[in-house]
Amino acid sequence: MLRFTIRRILQIIPTIVVVALLIFVIFSVVPGSFASSLFSDGKTAADPQLMARLNEQLGLDKPVHQRFLTYVGDLAQLDLGTSFRTRRPVLELINERIWASLQLAVAAMIFAVVVAVPLGFLAALRPGSILDTVTMVGAVSGLSMPQFWLGLLLMYVFALQLNWLPSFGYGDGSLRNLILPAITLGVTPLALLARTTRAGVLDVLNGDFVRTAHAKGLSEAQVVRRHVARNALVLIITTVGLLFGSLIGQAVVIEKLFAWPGIGSLLVDSVAMRDIPVVQGTILVIVVWFLVINTAVDVIYALVDPRIKQE
Amino acid sequence: MFRRFTLAAVLCAGVSGLALAEEPRQGGTFNFTAPYGSSFATLDIQASPNTQEEFITQAIHRSLYAWDSINNAPVLELATGVDVSDDGLVYTYHLRKDARFHNGKALTADDLIYSYKRVADPKNAFPGASYVAIIKGVDDFAAGKSEDIAGLKKIDDNTLEITFSSPVNPGFSLMQNTTAIYPSNVEDEATFATAPVGLGPFRFKEHIPGSQLVVEKFEDFYEEGKPYLDRVNIILMSEDSARDVAFRNKEIDVSILGPTQYQAYQQDDALKDNLLEVAEVYTRNIGFNPKVEAFQDKRVRQAINHAINTPLIVERLVKNKAYPASGWLPISSPAFDKDKAPYAFDPDKAKELLREAGYENGFSFEVTASPNESWGVPIVEAILPMLQKVGITVKPKPVESSALGEAVTTNNFEAFIWSNQTGPDPLAAMRCYWSKTAQSACNYTSYSNPEFDKLYEAAREERDPAKQTDLLRQANNLVQDDAPVWFFNYNKAVMAYQPWVHGLVPNANELALQPYEDIWIDDTAPASRK
Repeated sequence: MLRFTIRRILQIIPTIVVVALLIFVIFSVVPGSFASSLFSDGKTAADPQLMARLNEQLGLDKPVHQRFLTYVGDLAQLDLGTSFRTRRPVLELINERIWASLQLAVAAMIFAVVVAVPLGFLAALRPGSILDTVTMVGAVSGLSMPQFWLGLLLMYVFALQLNWLPSFGYGDGSLRNLILPAITLGVTPLALLARTTRAGVLDVLNGDFVRTAHAKGLSEAQVVRRHVARNALVLIITTVGLLFGSLIGQAVVIEKLFAWPGIGSLLVDSVAMRDIPVVQGTILVIVVWFLVINTAVDVIYALVDPRIKQE
Repeated sequence: MFRRFTLAAVLCAGVSGLALAEEPRQGGTFNFTAPYGSSFATLDIQASPNTQEEFITQAIHRSLYAWDSINNAPVLELATGVDVSDDGLVYTYHLRKDARFHNGKALTADDLIYSYKRVADPKNAFPGASYVAIIKGVDDFAAGKSEDIAGLKKIDDNTLEITFSSPVNPGFSLMQNTTAIYPSNVEDEATFATAPVGLGPFRFKEHIPGSQLVVEKFEDFYEEGKPYLDRVNIILMSEDSARDVAFRNKEIDVSILGPTQYQAYQQDDALKDNLLEVAEVYTRNIGFNPKVEAFQDKRVRQAINHAINTPLIVERLVKNKAYPASGWLPISSPAFDKDKAPYAFDPDKAKELLREAGYENGFSFEVTASPNESWGVPIVEAILPMLQKVGITVKPKPVESSALGEAVTTNNFEAFIWSNQTGPDPLAAMRCYWSKTAQSACNYTSYSNPEFDKLYEAAREERDPAKQTDLLRQANNLVQDDAPVWFFNYNKAVMAYQPWVHGLVPNANELALQPYEDIWIDDTAPASRK
């Protein structure tokens, strides 16, 4: 098991290197610079001397290959550089924001799993029933609704009309502030998970071993608990892992909408201001998060289903 | 148009007047929104030229001068008086003796010298360097030829003599966010970016990056009885629609409105009476690059101004949240000429001018534009059919805001659409058409007219404010006739406020910047604010 885990962790490294290279190349060729972004609101007349000085100070006047070597060298020492606009280490900025993003992602995922898995199970056990139909219609609606619009809708209903919850902000970190952004972020994974769970359970229910279990005289509950649930779990864990890994990336829009202090809003502003070290660092963290979650999922379902480890 | 502006100004004055008529209530929390981004770039406000960080300045910091929104002029803030030499170059400031920083230090001349040196230091590459460059000796200091700025002389702790390079009004430069005064006794300058210390009415309490910045009343603030509020939460809310819900839900006290919301709020009985409007000092325009042969001919540029139905676009697309522009300087500028008529919408005249210029068969050009709804791609798409009718083909070239800035300042465009600040200092605004101003600085259309240069240079040397204004008015009219840009509109900024909020002012520089020390909330505010 240890060898399997180490092998999976080592596979992350080349992915990170490729992603780091891609991010660097993309932000080296896109038009616009930090210096020009300072004057992009038209508020202050551009100052060519200042722009030249800034480019020199930030090393942006150096050739691309030289900048790339510096970037890779720093990265190898786990140094993500210094933010152009805050003049503070990127790691420090990410550290200030990542916990709020994780809080939001975990809450959204808990909401999705708690609602979707039982619903998907029940829908599969009673295919064609009202519950099944309602669940699947709800899932399709959840998938097709733009998150931004859903967020506004929730704000309108639960904040403006019912006055139950605040419409924005982190507040003092209380659950009340977390509920609306978490539900907004959690609806898409909920819908996907409900559909996947239903399909997975239906597939298992049609398996020969389930018929055999029934033939042996086991009750419905025993069959579901001992055979169906365990076999469907592999697919559910995989889906949960993939969804959870991508949630921080998806949270960008939600964080901006709800003024939630996560790394998503940090990323948006940094892109607009061409604060390249922060953009690179933030994207890298999102990618690493995705890879780590998926590696963890690989390890978990190797535990759940030993056949995977052998493969 | 002017009548409407006057009406707006009267309404605004009404808001302030109401505030003055009642006895301000002490205490409470004000939930203010910072709408220009989802974070603050830095808390070290000398390092940022953006409006978003100016909200911090308004609460925590003070500069030598401040902007008087009612009289539309810079006024002394950290000095009780100033003596000016006959040649207008030497200013002797008598600093306030009652001003204290939040760390307890009393304000002295050393703090101003320290702050201006910090801003001018080339190692810092701060955007305020161009503002303090008006002080004599800054060039030598920046070039490393001198350890001090020759034009800054401490007479005693409370008296500072500043010698300027030319007889300019220093108020416009030394009232800026980027020239705010910091205490000279802070050992680690890095703390300015995490725990700012200033002379303002509120002291820094907490910053939750990406969410809000909280400031608390500074008891030793030099204006007696102020601030009225105990606390201000500066909440980061860049999404218009989210701000709309929060405002209607009474979670925030003010909200800057976009064109769509402005229209909706005007039609809502519960909201329409609490709108603060002002003509801001921004001119939206399409700049023409003379590298495109057709744009070298004044008649072509004038033809474009005649071919576009500007009032129609302002009404339909910008929802009247702007005033159609006649020239470069905005309505609120003292050098604005209210008697000079704007270009009339006259396609026949446009065709005639094009024929005279040899472009009766038309020509095509590309407009570099950001996605901004009030001065970006949607506007270019609106003028497209109007110009097509006189034979001119326009192609929008969509770019992001940062890329727009780069394209314009590197002269890499055929035409661009932008919103440029054209005040409060008319001299600084007109400098952008002086032929000696570099294209990359702000002479984006590479404008050159010897007649304009003469007027501008005369205005620069003129010490009589009325005569200077008159010269600038003539220069502005000349630019209007030469039409280096399509004069689109002057922004009308609109702020919605809750009925319990008092003390807001019609700040033409930037309406979102409000004097927090003058703001108070009355007894009708929700319990969470009292």
